[in-house]
Amino acid sequence: MSSHEARPALLEMRGISKTFPGVRALDNVRLTVYPGEVHSLMGENGAGKSTLMKILSGAYQADPGGEILIEGKVSMIDGPLAARALGVAVIYQELSLAPNLSVAENIHAGRELKKGGLLGLVDRAGMERGCEDVLKRLGASFKPHTLVGDLSIAEQQLVEIARAVHARARILVMDEPTTPLSSRETDRLFELIRTLRAEGIAIIYISHRMAEIYELSDRVSVLRDGSYVGTLTRDELSAESLVRMMVGRDISGFYKKEHAPYDPGKVVLQARDIADEGRVRGCSLDLHAGEVLGIAGLVGAGRTEFARLIFGAEPRVRGEVSMDGKPLNVRTPRDAIDAGLVYLTEDRKGQGLFLDMSVRDNINVAVCSRDARMGVLDLARGASRARDAIASLSIRVPNARVNAGALSGGNQQKVLLSRLLETQPRVLILDEPTRGVDIGAKSEIYRIINELARTGVGIIVISSELPEIIGVADRVLVMREGEIAGELGGYTGKPIEQEAIIELATGSRPALAA
Amino acid sequence: MSNPIKQPNTDAVAANAQSQSQRQSRIEHKERMQTLMRTAGMLPVLILLCIGFGVVTEGFFSLQNISIVTQQASINVVLAAGMTFVILTGGIDLSVGSILSAAAVVALITSNIPGWGYLGIPAALLVGLGFGLVNGALIALLKLPPFIVTLGSLTAVRGIARLIGNDTTIFNPQLPFAFIGNDTLFGVPWLVIIAIAVVVLSWFILRRTVLGLRIYSVGGNPEAARLSGIKVWGIQLFVYAASGVLAGLGAVMSAARLYAANGLQLGQSYELDAIAAVILGGTSFVGGVGSIVGTLIGALIIAVLTNGLVLLGVSDIWQYIIKGLVIIGAVALDRYRQRGSART
Repeated sequence: MSSHEARPALLEMRGISKTFPGVRALDNVRLTVYPGEVHSLMGENGAGKSTLMKILSGAYQADPGGEILIEGKVSMIDGPLAARALGVAVIYQELSLAPNLSVAENIHAGRELKKGGLLGLVDRAGMERGCEDVLKRLGASFKPHTLVGDLSIAEQQLVEIARAVHARARILVMDEPTTPLSSRETDRLFELIRTLRAEGIAIIYISHRMAEIYELSDRVSVLRDGSYVGTLTRDELSAESLVRMMVGRDISGFYKKEHAPYDPGKVVLQARDIADEGRVRGCSLDLHAGEVLGIAGLVGAGRTEFARLIFGAEPRVRGEVSMDGKPLNVRTPRDAIDAGLVYLTEDRKGQGLFLDMSVRDNINVAVCSRDARMGVLDLARGASRARDAIASLSIRVPNARVNAGALSGGNQQKVLLSRLLETQPRVLILDEPTRGVDIGAKSEIYRIINELARTGVGIIVISSELPEIIGVADRVLVMREGEIAGELGGYTGKPIEQEAIIELATGSRPALAA
Repeated sequence: MSNPIKQPNTDAVAANAQSQSQRQSRIEHKERMQTLMRTAGMLPVLILLCIGFGVVTEGFFSLQNISIVTQQASINVVLAAGMTFVILTGGIDLSVGSILSAAAVVALITSNIPGWGYLGIPAALLVGLGFGLVNGALIALLKLPPFIVTLGSLTAVRGIARLIGNDTTIFNPQLPFAFIGNDTLFGVPWLVIIAIAVVVLSWFILRRTVLGLRIYSVGGNPEAARLSGIKVWGIQLFVYAASGVLAGLGAVMSAARLYAANGLQLGQSYELDAIAAVILGGTSFVGGVGSIVGTLIGALIIAVLTNGLVLLGVSDIWQYIIKGLVIIGAVALDRYRQRGSART
């Protein structure tokens, strides 16, 4: 919007470079942000977005030669306190709140109010009064004395924003804020962002989710491999141009459904009346060979729990699973893997990868016993498996001996996927397969899903990103509160549409019979 | 190719690859340096200590002294090998000293049975295995915390050791397997041969077998290990049983050297030296990272330090203080050096 350019820039970063030993993370990067705008920052993992923001927030110092201007004045940001004093606030993906302290104490962290006098006692009542105003403006429904640990993730995020606003931040950086949020909470966050924007605060928004970028941004800047590629205004935005700027090559047809429709007669996996102690209340599904079945629903609907019950990661209270018509007694993940049923966890760092082990070991860990002779590892076979997997999934590593923890999110996901694929599964359950993954890797993961479907593997994709589910799945089950609320696509005759999914997921329309 | 996915056929991949290869060779160089530093680990410290003592004392490098140092280290090496397995899974075994004591008492009592002297060896190993399995069962099956369980074993087993020996010292001047503690084979003391054998076997298990890979996995990320199909409880049971058996082996070695065993005094704070050796060797307390070679170097550092200080005539009290400070200093240095390792 041209009205922004009329006002003087609030933030200008010029000639910013940052070199780490052996790596030039940023090379002469530029960023200009105006007051009252939502400025999105996009780029693949490793493009330099978080490095740039860390320089802005004072966590890093740029190489000599770069300048940061706030309201036209050259500013020295030599540490987080300086950044805060200049009105810069960053809200990271991993929220930095103290769960054992109250909302008011967190909002005032580092600037606690003290009662007058020698003892310097903390003035809790004063702090609670002081932030009531902010919380009301932001539409919070909780009280300042509530313990942060008792709040939901969305509410905790609100506290972080309140802290920034209370500290009179003028530049708010938000890093993937919608990852843990449901779609209703996301809408509320966007309203909040618009409110803040109207007050003249500049918001730098980092996200991989195209839909959000489109909805929110006034302007979008793109980084690639540490360099500044360019900035698009809202009118100039298009998926193709963004992806081309980020990746440097054309990726057309982003979401792919490039496999033949599945044969309704060939059911490869059947689950009946699966339930646990309360989160999953009797769910059933049929998965066909060569089908991509999406499972949609709000956060907390029980999708992950359902998948884990089928996979044997959690004990079932009731329900049966069968594969190719034969009943499967899956009580542990080992049973499932041996039967050809694998599960990709949504928490790849916490529950999937061995961050301190090599890529090669991470890839081989589920199949090494098959290759082994009398318990002794077949190192040659393991090395060739890893080499092949790295090539066929385009995993970007110099060699297979690198530790998995050193890889970017997208490559880590591919390593985890390789581990599963090595077991030659018949059924794959992918839980949020592209969460925190850059655009290039996302595209590759969709390609892999399609290739697998073509070879007759059955794939279940759990995703909170509606465009992804719509783009990739042949058929979609929607869960709500532990039950299957409805089914779309496939041979049901009901088209897979965003509104239909949301209605089923939120229950704003009576559940359709499957 | 076992992987059903075919390689994508875009030129763009090739173009990207060239700019990648420069970055890759830089990353590769950095990785090589870091791996070198990590595996070299404490070796420079050990070498420095040896050179230092060699210069400052007389006779440090004499054949006799080297023999003494390595023999003194060997029991700790055996215990520390078992401790390595346990700590790699993120656990700890505080009871190895007590298990060694109980096993040694049993070994000696058994060796006193006329005509069945050699039974002392399997008896000790079985005692070690038994206590190790009890530890393992409580930790792996009942899911009790290893620190607490082995703390309890440390005390209880010590009591059992005293009980079995009637709180006296058991002697056997005609111990049939005393050669283990005192003789040599081709000039190398049996104690050292056994220690080396344990190290080689442990290395093989940890680096070359499925079991070893699973041990690292369980230590690195127990939930990920479970989801990959690994039976975590089985691995845990194994490492504590192994620690127990190796404590039993240590008991045989100790009994062979001393011709005697006392339930109360033997093995006191052996577990601390074992843990120190493991941590000095670069194995992380949280599990998943470490090596048996590191443990060997760690144990040698402790033995060299003790020996050198004795040769220098340093009093007992100061030996303890210096040893403690060296351990803290060495670990701090190691952590400082590893600060740069890329872990995102």
